[in-house]
Amino acid sequence: MTPAPVDWSEHPAAAAMARRHRLRAWEPIPWVAALAFYFLFPKYLGFGTELLITVLFAISLDLVLGYAGIVTLGQAAFFGAGAYTVGMLAKRGIWNEPITGLILAALVAAAVGLGSGLVLLRTQGLTLLMLTLCTMALLEEAANLAHDYTGGFDGLDSLPIAPLLGRFEFNPLYPTTQYLYVLAVLFVCFVFVRTLIYSPFGQSLTGIRENTLRMHAVGAPVRRRLVLCYALSAAIAGVAGGVWAQANAYVNLGTLGLDRAATVLIILVLGGYGRLYGAFVGAVAYMALSHFLSKIYPTAWQLGLGLLLVVIALFARNGILGIAEAAAHRLRTRATP
Amino acid sequence: MAETLSLRHVSAGYGETVVLEDIDLVLAHGESLSVIGRNGVGKTTLLATVMGHTTLHRGEVTLGGASLERVPIFRRARRGLGWVPQEREIFPSLSVRENLTIGARPGHWTPERVFELFPNLAARLSSMGNQLSGGEQQMLSIARALLTNPSVLLMDEPTEGLAPVLVEALAAMLRRLRGEGALSIVLVEQNSRVALAFSSRTVVMDKGRIVYDGPSAALSADPDRLAALIGVA
Repeated sequence: MTPAPVDWSEHPAAAAMARRHRLRAWEPIPWVAALAFYFLFPKYLGFGTELLITVLFAISLDLVLGYAGIVTLGQAAFFGAGAYTVGMLAKRGIWNEPITGLILAALVAAAVGLGSGLVLLRTQGLTLLMLTLCTMALLEEAANLAHDYTGGFDGLDSLPIAPLLGRFEFNPLYPTTQYLYVLAVLFVCFVFVRTLIYSPFGQSLTGIRENTLRMHAVGAPVRRRLVLCYALSAAIAGVAGGVWAQANAYVNLGTLGLDRAATVLIILVLGGYGRLYGAFVGAVAYMALSHFLSKIYPTAWQLGLGLLLVVIALFARNGILGIAEAAAHRLRTRATP
Repeated sequence: MAETLSLRHVSAGYGETVVLEDIDLVLAHGESLSVIGRNGVGKTTLLATVMGHTTLHRGEVTLGGASLERVPIFRRARRGLGWVPQEREIFPSLSVRENLTIGARPGHWTPERVFELFPNLAARLSSMGNQLSGGEQQMLSIARALLTNPSVLLMDEPTEGLAPVLVEALAAMLRRLRGEGALSIVLVEQNSRVALAFSSRTVVMDKGRIVYDGPSAALSADPDRLAALIGVA
């Protein structure tokens, strides 16, 4: 006789595991801080909006790099795809409603991710790294050549983005609407990614990152899952690009450039990849440091940033969050007799 | 009895290198088989060939009568091959529970049945994969393969690296496993005592070929012949 299925939730250890996936006490802190920033630093909301978009972009990279182990240098391809989708539709008067515009940006970026992922993810390692870079360069050059549609090198400016929910105008000089809008978009995307990584699909991504052959052997369609993850990550990067275009009423070739792709990678390494909140910590640390170092040393501020990255790479491979986790672990160990 | 796994005239290896030569092996439904031999004679390659990790140069591997040629590894697993690798390959940053459920499919083997066999695992559900002892990792590796509900379970040296007391405990568990349902098992083992006690049929390999395929009892009763076949004094 087949025994009745086990109800995992009744098992004390299973309950402990479920708690691991539950919201932890400190998790609202970044969101409360983001809201507090709105009230405390009204003059810096432009900087804050850029920061939140960078966090969203870094989260998209964390999904592929930190969880699925896909090494990529071409994440800006999807950021740019989303930004140009919003920009071209708005500039030509086809579609300028912000929320549905973001959905379209996500769909276009996901399509680019799916198409390129089906080809690129047949490779791995250095080949994959180069191919992701090439894909991004091809898109950048295509955007440069299609001047009639994309504005070429000059980009598309003064995008006529419709008021949010028909009421709240996007004012580039007083970006209050932009800040709260981007914060809301980041929250929705974050909840989606958090749910995804704690789902069986997310666990299988961790399994693939840690041992691809073993995942094959337990019957997981590894390539299909990697392509799906790549497309989902592209969609989120597309949303980041789309919201960037809406917030700035502007899109240019920089959205598809290596600079953007490399910066987000540095941010993730700095914060700690595969940790979900590494994107927050890394983005805040990187952008705040850039901001203040450039004020102190306007001509050589990147030197300070570079030195910090060398120190992180040498002594804290798990990033700032890794240092914090190690310190917390030491404290707990010391407290336990 | 109907055959479930068969290898006919199989020559296979890694790239151009041929490791297995002219292997003929048929496993019946629900049958258990031990494979023994010295290091480097092709025991692991035999299992790897069934799973599709090697280059098949000649011959055919079938499961339930259907050829496995050009069938990718994950589809072989879905068709009913379960693999317990030599290195255990536990996912270190997943919990025991997550390691178990990551490939689970419905069937005879449920978590409850698995916990009956490996009660230690039920007590360590919340531990991470890298927090387990060698014995626990081995149990988890077997349990994870069982929860994929295979028709054929391929086990590669499960007792390797375990303390003698754990080897005894694991051997007892393997014997219990043998009697469960319609599961066919291929056990590759260096420890000939464990292997011969596990199944009534044993295959001895040497230099990539099968040099003995017959009753385990015959080898147990004739230590000289066993020593000659596996090349130990």
